[in-house]
Amino acid sequence: MMEQSVAIDVSKLGKTYDGVAAIQDLSFQIRTGEIFALLGPNGAGKSTTLRILITLLRPTSGQATVLGYDVVRDADHVRRLIGYVPQERAIDRFLTGREHLLLLGDLYHLSKEESLRRIAELLKLVDLEGKADQPAKTYSGGMKRKLDIACGLLPNPKILFLDEPTLGLDVQSRLRIWDYVRQLRKRGITVVMTTNYLDEADQLCDRLAIIDGGRIKALGSPTELKSGLGGDIVSVTVGSAALTRVEPLASALKGLPSIRAISTKPTGLDIRVESPEKALPAILEAANRLACPVEFIEYHRPRLDDVFVAHTGHAIREEFPAAEEEA
Amino acid sequence: MNEYRQEIAALTMRWVRRLSREKFSMLFTLIQPMLFWLIFFGNLFQRAADVQVVQAPNYISFLTAGVVVMTVLNNGLAGGVDLLFDKENGFLERLMSTPIHRTSVILSRFLFVTTVTSLQVLVILGVAFLFGVTPATGFFGVAVILLIGMLFGVGLTAISMAMAFSVKSHGDFFSVLGFLSLPMIFLSSALVPLSAMPRFMAMLAVLNPMTWAIDAIRPLILTGWAEALRPLGIVLLIMVAFDALCLYGSAKAFRRAIG
Repeated sequence: MMEQSVAIDVSKLGKTYDGVAAIQDLSFQIRTGEIFALLGPNGAGKSTTLRILITLLRPTSGQATVLGYDVVRDADHVRRLIGYVPQERAIDRFLTGREHLLLLGDLYHLSKEESLRRIAELLKLVDLEGKADQPAKTYSGGMKRKLDIACGLLPNPKILFLDEPTLGLDVQSRLRIWDYVRQLRKRGITVVMTTNYLDEADQLCDRLAIIDGGRIKALGSPTELKSGLGGDIVSVTVGSAALTRVEPLASALKGLPSIRAISTKPTGLDIRVESPEKALPAILEAANRLACPVEFIEYHRPRLDDVFVAHTGHAIREEFPAAEEEA
Repeated sequence: MNEYRQEIAALTMRWVRRLSREKFSMLFTLIQPMLFWLIFFGNLFQRAADVQVVQAPNYISFLTAGVVVMTVLNNGLAGGVDLLFDKENGFLERLMSTPIHRTSVILSRFLFVTTVTSLQVLVILGVAFLFGVTPATGFFGVAVILLIGMLFGVGLTAISMAMAFSVKSHGDFFSVLGFLSLPMIFLSSALVPLSAMPRFMAMLAVLNPMTWAIDAIRPLILTGWAEALRPLGIVLLIMVAFDALCLYGSAKAFRRAIG
């Protein structure tokens, strides 16, 4: 593999709030020109990590450099190289879109001409030219997000940080944002984002780190992570009357040559298999023999959700299995 | 230095823009103190107040100094509100992620609050003039009034911003604000001279920096330089000490929020 230069280097990073560790011992590198995601559930430590990288928080231990500059010692230098798109709609409702950008132009110490030139270009890029002189309170959620992104791009950053860029957006706006992010990569901008959407990490990112409980659980490209699981997944759902037979079924399958790993879920089993054409008959045969009625059987290539579960021991959103249990 | 000036100018301009967009709230913050206190309160107590006690030709001329300082108080204590909202919606984070000097946001706020307050003080003196109150020390006296107002305002604005950065919710902020503002007014010489207060209130009022500001401004309006110059030195000293104390107390909250 071709060695790419390192844009961000994080080493043994830790942050403690009032004695409670938000992140511990985080080490990873982000390469120049890639789209990198920190994937994890709420409270996993993604935002803490991002805030340290953009110099808004000081780490309690370890260190991080952005393009060679230390985020604590050379904070001012780091700030000159990055753009940031915050998670909240960090918009001043009383200012127009153009006024937001003009303000930031001055905060990045651009000359008036340079500022106006970039603003015209960015408004075009995010398709906000028509609304640029309306106060932001008249903007829809998607438009505010676009303005957010334009603000993040104004300094012409080498690295753009996006905190949950599509949180709460409708499908169209989401796809638009993904599209912008891909355009940025084409321009050579390194993009670092946090997300708790598996599909976003899967489809948009070159590489990702799965963060859970303040630690990195897995790191790699979506493809690497999925193939790293080894084997395809057979999902077996049994009838609610037969839930007691799930355990015996699992023990019966354990040790069969075509089966690599079995995990129990509330409604049945997830079975990682070597070759589905051998495994499927074996599973059905075992279920029959144990009088365990199979309600539904599904076979698929490993998905990022499987990767997440395999590394963290739980689904990224706990409410889904709970809802299934009720039903 | 040039960059610093560019940042502060842009940030201050933002506060001005916000104020000009909130026309309704601007009307109320600018008009309310003088309308309510000076015109209504001043005229209402015209006959109830004893001119012997207030040592002034009429109650309105006595009250003018109090209303000037009350305006400084209210504006100062509310000076952190916009930063509170910036903190809550993430705008502050956006500002702090840019390569600006860490003090620029706070300085722009001081600059804005001080300017707006000074303009308001001028309007109040103008309205008082319409009711026949002419500052005895003339234009230069008005300049000194503005100076005292600015010095008192800086400390208050510092407290307000520190509070905005420290509170958990904006409900807390407004409760503290409501709790502070009226007692500060009643436990000062704004409405009644110290000599006419119940003893325990007068004792507390002496500890209130607001009383010192008012008692320095009042002779500038009522009597003239001879009376006014005597307390001026000590009052300016007290104001500077008050500012130093407030800034020192706020420093930790500032560092945590923007450091």
